[in-house]
Amino acid sequence: MAVATGKSFASRFGVHIAVLIFVAIWTVPTLGILVSSLRDKDQIIASGWWNSFASSSQTEAGRLPPASAQVEKDGKFVLQGNIFGEGTARNVSAFGVKSAAPTQYPAGTTADLGDGVTLQLNADGTFVMASPKAFEGDRGQRVYYASSAPPKFTTDNYQTVLFSEGIGRSFMNSLTVTIPATVIPILIAAFAAYALAWMRFPGRALLIAVIIGLLVVPLQMSLIPLLKLYNGVGTFFGVPSKTYLGIWLAHTGFGLPFAIYLLRSYIAGLPREIMESARIDGASDFEIFVKIVLPLSFPVLASFAIFQFLWVWNDLLVAMVFLGTEGDQIVLTAKLNALLGSRGGDWEILTTSAFVTIIVPLIVFFSLQRYFVRGLLAGSVKGG
Amino acid sequence: MAAQIFSAIFVIIIGVGGCVAYFWGANKLVDIVFPSRGVQGAAAIDNLRRQGMIRPWLFVGPAMIILTIYLIYPVVETLRLSFLDRSGGNFVGFANYEWAFGDREFRNSILNNIVWLAVVPAACTFLGLIIAVLTDKIWWGTIAKSLIFLPLAISFVGASVIWKFIYEYRGEGQTQIGLLNAIIQYFGGQPQVWISLPFWNNFFLMIILIWIQTGFAMVILSSALRGIPEETLEAAVIDGANPFQIFWKIMVPQIWGTIAVVWTTITILVLKVFDIVLTMTNGQWNSQVLANLMFDWMFRGGGDFGRGATIAIIIMIAVIPIMVWNIRQANKETGGH
Repeated sequence: MAVATGKSFASRFGVHIAVLIFVAIWTVPTLGILVSSLRDKDQIIASGWWNSFASSSQTEAGRLPPASAQVEKDGKFVLQGNIFGEGTARNVSAFGVKSAAPTQYPAGTTADLGDGVTLQLNADGTFVMASPKAFEGDRGQRVYYASSAPPKFTTDNYQTVLFSEGIGRSFMNSLTVTIPATVIPILIAAFAAYALAWMRFPGRALLIAVIIGLLVVPLQMSLIPLLKLYNGVGTFFGVPSKTYLGIWLAHTGFGLPFAIYLLRSYIAGLPREIMESARIDGASDFEIFVKIVLPLSFPVLASFAIFQFLWVWNDLLVAMVFLGTEGDQIVLTAKLNALLGSRGGDWEILTTSAFVTIIVPLIVFFSLQRYFVRGLLAGSVKGG
Repeated sequence: MAAQIFSAIFVIIIGVGGCVAYFWGANKLVDIVFPSRGVQGAAAIDNLRRQGMIRPWLFVGPAMIILTIYLIYPVVETLRLSFLDRSGGNFVGFANYEWAFGDREFRNSILNNIVWLAVVPAACTFLGLIIAVLTDKIWWGTIAKSLIFLPLAISFVGASVIWKFIYEYRGEGQTQIGLLNAIIQYFGGQPQVWISLPFWNNFFLMIILIWIQTGFAMVILSSALRGIPEETLEAAVIDGANPFQIFWKIMVPQIWGTIAVVWTTITILVLKVFDIVLTMTNGQWNSQVLANLMFDWMFRGGGDFGRGATIAIIIMIAVIPIMVWNIRQANKETGGH
């Protein structure tokens, strides 16, 4: 479809700009957490992530070495060293000795601290403090300074969240929940879809109507009765009520209406001639299904698998109700939600965990986008 | 962790194997009990007829059992529970419904849900349509669409973290690391705690859902736009219509059915919106919605199943018109067959 109007240079330019703005709004937020997750955690709070390639500046406090480190030189007592320790690439822009005026003196100047005591702090962090009298006490002089640090990127945050914050474990839990909950409904739905599309039996039209009705039943309707049922079963058999088996079956149940609907409309569209010639050759329904329908339905099976995978991986509600909100079994989304509560302001933890959570769907999505789009079109345009 | 991987693989094998064994075994059983080969005349025809009667039910059986346990029975049970007290022991009539409409938090949720319903489907459909039209005109449109489509793969919780970072507020005098406040500050405005601003915070939560769902609307509408016959557009151009007239008077009317489908799909999603509110505000600062309120009552103070079920029923009532419309559409399409 090509609209022939609006061919002027200005309007074409306008379209490019408009699309560029939309793309920016839709990608910049995600980019923000990706960049932040790779930054040093002190820098995340010192400057916005969009400045992460520039040096970040912050005001810090430190202490000079105690009196024991002094040396006597030219009749003066001198303390020398580097405020950052050795081998860092940071810079001091200003310093001070009072918390009320932390940047009183520019770097490189000599500050007069009274009683003939002087302090010089250079841009590279080296300092010289000199006094006519010997320094005393085992606590060094307090110094405040504004420093700028060069951009620093690290994978430390990933190490932290994967191995000490429990995200690694939740990642495995998510896989444990997602894979069976994706595979089990496919087979069950495929058989039902074939029967509903190609076999004649009383009540078929009613069944199809029921399934289309169930497509839109809110999940909320199922939660309380199933929670009661699971608790009842758990008590009756003396088994835990929050198990992987429970959540697999729950996701299977919630995914089935869409699965049957999607597969049925596809399978019903397969050419009648193939089925009939197979039947004339003496093939049973079971053989037709396994040998003809299943292989031909591969695209729609892939579509549904992607849908179900994304839906189960991204689900929070079902996971929280049927696996709980804490403990060893919880999945990534529930873990991320818990971290939002317990590590509210720790953006290095949150951004990194969020990125770990979304990376798998993004990979699946990008590599299989074709099937995803096809399923989306088949699933919504035909019946809604 | 290795044990967990093995148990997961084991379960997949058991589950899939079990399914295959059931379907294969049941099918075999029918063949053995009612043999159609190797028997003569009338008996063979009789057995074939019996097979034809039984086999469909073997195929749809497992699906029907699971649907009954996980969806049909719960709908009936939730309706029943909504007339019972918190533990489900005593009949209380309409007391839960009376409570709901008198409760400040519930009324706030209804109000917020109405605002969500008014804004989100409209915004997604409108933005999706605009982007679909614009990206169709440029050579890098496919890449642009792919990027705008991307948030659809992100979980609501993940998206909430992403946007919470954008809305982040830090005290006065500190560097604003939230993008929104940084922009506001750059233009000389006053940084705000966006998600606690009464009423307007709803819109900051809605933006998250719009951000996720616009890609969905865009893809569906884009494919519908491709289906518009070229001639109608050419005729309009020849008649001297400007691009806006072409858009509103030629394109939009032809894809009206698709717009309705997109709109209703997102409407149902909005009614169920839960994760975003839970993770962003958990209903504080007057941002509560029905689905989150329901979840809250399921567990609040040990759980009040009566009130939780009542809220679920109210969500269901809002969905019923769409459900009826869907079933009628589908019946029309298949000609009732």
